[in-house]
Amino acid sequence: MSALRILIPVKRVIDYAATTNLTRHYIQVKPRVNKAQTAVETAGVKHSMNPFDELSIEESVRIREKKSYPHGVSDIIAFTCGPPKSADVLRTAMAMGADRSIHVETKDGDEIEPLSVAKLLRAVVEKEKVDLVVLGKQSIDDDAGQTGQMLAGLLGWAQATQASKVSFEGDGKGVVVEKEVDGGTETTRSNLPMVVTADLRLNEPRYASLPNIMKAKKKKIEKITAEELGVDLGKRLKTLKVIEPPPRQGGGKVDDVDGMIAKLKELGAI
Amino acid sequence: MIPRAGHSVLRQARTQLNRRTGPTPIASLSALARLLSSLAVLEQKDGKLNHGSLGAVTAAQKLGGSITGFVAGGNIKAVAAEAAKVSGIEKIIAVDNAAYDKGLPENYAPLLVENIRKGGFTHIIAGHTAFGKSLMPRVAALLDAQQISDITAIEDEKTFVRPVYAGNAIATVESSDDIKVITIRGTAFAAAEAEGGSASIEDGVDPKAECTTEWVSENLAKSDRPDLATAGKVVSGGRGLKSKEDFDRIMLPLADALGAGVGASRAAVDSGYADNSLQVGQTGKVVAPQLYLCAGISGAIQHLAGMKDSKVIAAINKDADAPIFQVADVGLVGDLFDKVPELTEKLKQ
Repeated sequence: MSALRILIPVKRVIDYAATTNLTRHYIQVKPRVNKAQTAVETAGVKHSMNPFDELSIEESVRIREKKSYPHGVSDIIAFTCGPPKSADVLRTAMAMGADRSIHVETKDGDEIEPLSVAKLLRAVVEKEKVDLVVLGKQSIDDDAGQTGQMLAGLLGWAQATQASKVSFEGDGKGVVVEKEVDGGTETTRSNLPMVVTADLRLNEPRYASLPNIMKAKKKKIEKITAEELGVDLGKRLKTLKVIEPPPRQGGGKVDDVDGMIAKLKELGAI
Repeated sequence: MIPRAGHSVLRQARTQLNRRTGPTPIASLSALARLLSSLAVLEQKDGKLNHGSLGAVTAAQKLGGSITGFVAGGNIKAVAAEAAKVSGIEKIIAVDNAAYDKGLPENYAPLLVENIRKGGFTHIIAGHTAFGKSLMPRVAALLDAQQISDITAIEDEKTFVRPVYAGNAIATVESSDDIKVITIRGTAFAAAEAEGGSASIEDGVDPKAECTTEWVSENLAKSDRPDLATAGKVVSGGRGLKSKEDFDRIMLPLADALGAGVGASRAAVDSGYADNSLQVGQTGKVVAPQLYLCAGISGAIQHLAGMKDSKVIAAINKDADAPIFQVADVGLVGDLFDKVPELTEKLKQ
């Protein structure tokens, strides 16, 4: 067995809505639908790395740092498919510890479907001889939750989704993963190579330090096209319209517990 | 399998009919409906049918056409017999092999694909549960189809509605795939009636695919309270509870007084006040009960994504500016450590 080669796919998305109660002011970045009702407004909106992808980078870097895989980690490759600005999230990934990056560039506003991304990733896995792919469990824009499973299916590899704990067996073959399932957790054991998708509880991602951000600027981003990887990015789903959900009208406040009980009875809730 | 042309013909024909008769449910157009055939992937555990997965049958009924149920596992006969009674299903395909007991996608996906190819189904439907989320994208990839995840409505045989951006936008998408692979949001499709049907049971094909993953163990939260995802009432606590002891002391009696399931915000779960499996929100469970009563939850949009389709929302929070009050039907500003026990006592009377 040789050292692990890890691939971490990352996605640039509208910034995870920030809420803070530090100041009693709740800052909420709420996605807005555009006037034509064709998509969510993205121009001029803050973007950052999909939060689940930060977990997958953190986990990969920890596997290297903690030497939890017996034969070590030889390469951590960050990957993204997206517009030119997606290079920012690759820089972040490299500042967190990825060694180098691959960028399949698309035009601004082009949404690439999970099946296409999975096909791109399959090509990269084969080209780079990757043995472990760690992805986020879903992206917070499309909320599809498909790419990791699709990739595992295309490669015929084992998969462990919504991972909250990953450990390696001493022989460097078996990977034991605790997964979040409905009602609790489930533990499975798989043979490498495999695909793991990260759930929120997998770890606490680090912040990139300034020296590491500077170092990341020297790390390499290789640009490659979908054609070179032999993948057609044609879409299967056509978005007919995007609307905002009907707003919920708050019903106002009551003065005391009796008022609450009376109102709940009036609404038929109790 | 219906060739791609079939779909446009189908659509055209229905448009014609619609012009004459106004909007017509697909199911009533029997000649066209015959072209649609849905496979509802049903979940089982320890020889029992998971009734939560019967929402897939309801979704299939909305599509129209024939409905087949699929079950697999060791000693599957009892599960198949139970599934055969579900209203609306014409046929059950059962595969008896203990290798499928744990629903591992590595062998379950090839199993499903073989049976889908053999049966020529146009729509494959499963719940957006841990099982469905893990399995269906793998199935879709093997069929070279772009899955449509977590749908909340069906417009026609190729047009579906699904929330995106944590429920802050609702997208209507049209699929051009020959086989539509779909997961459904449980709260949007009620479970089909467990009685009243009389489906035939047929053995499915079993490709016996190799599986490089083995199931080791599980650790499920045990609770006598109603299951969070399907409970008619849910009480939910947040960071304001301050500790696990307080969460249990304050929230659980309220849940029992109401006969409600228990939920929690991510803040409460991350702080260890409540189990992970109780988390309500974008990254946890999506619930839509008759009553969602929450205390000590500010109402971050990731949390709202998991509960804003509840019929009635009631909130207790000491911060009058908390965003939760913008969506609550009944809001009470006050200290939950006083108000919740008082509420519990008065509800018991």
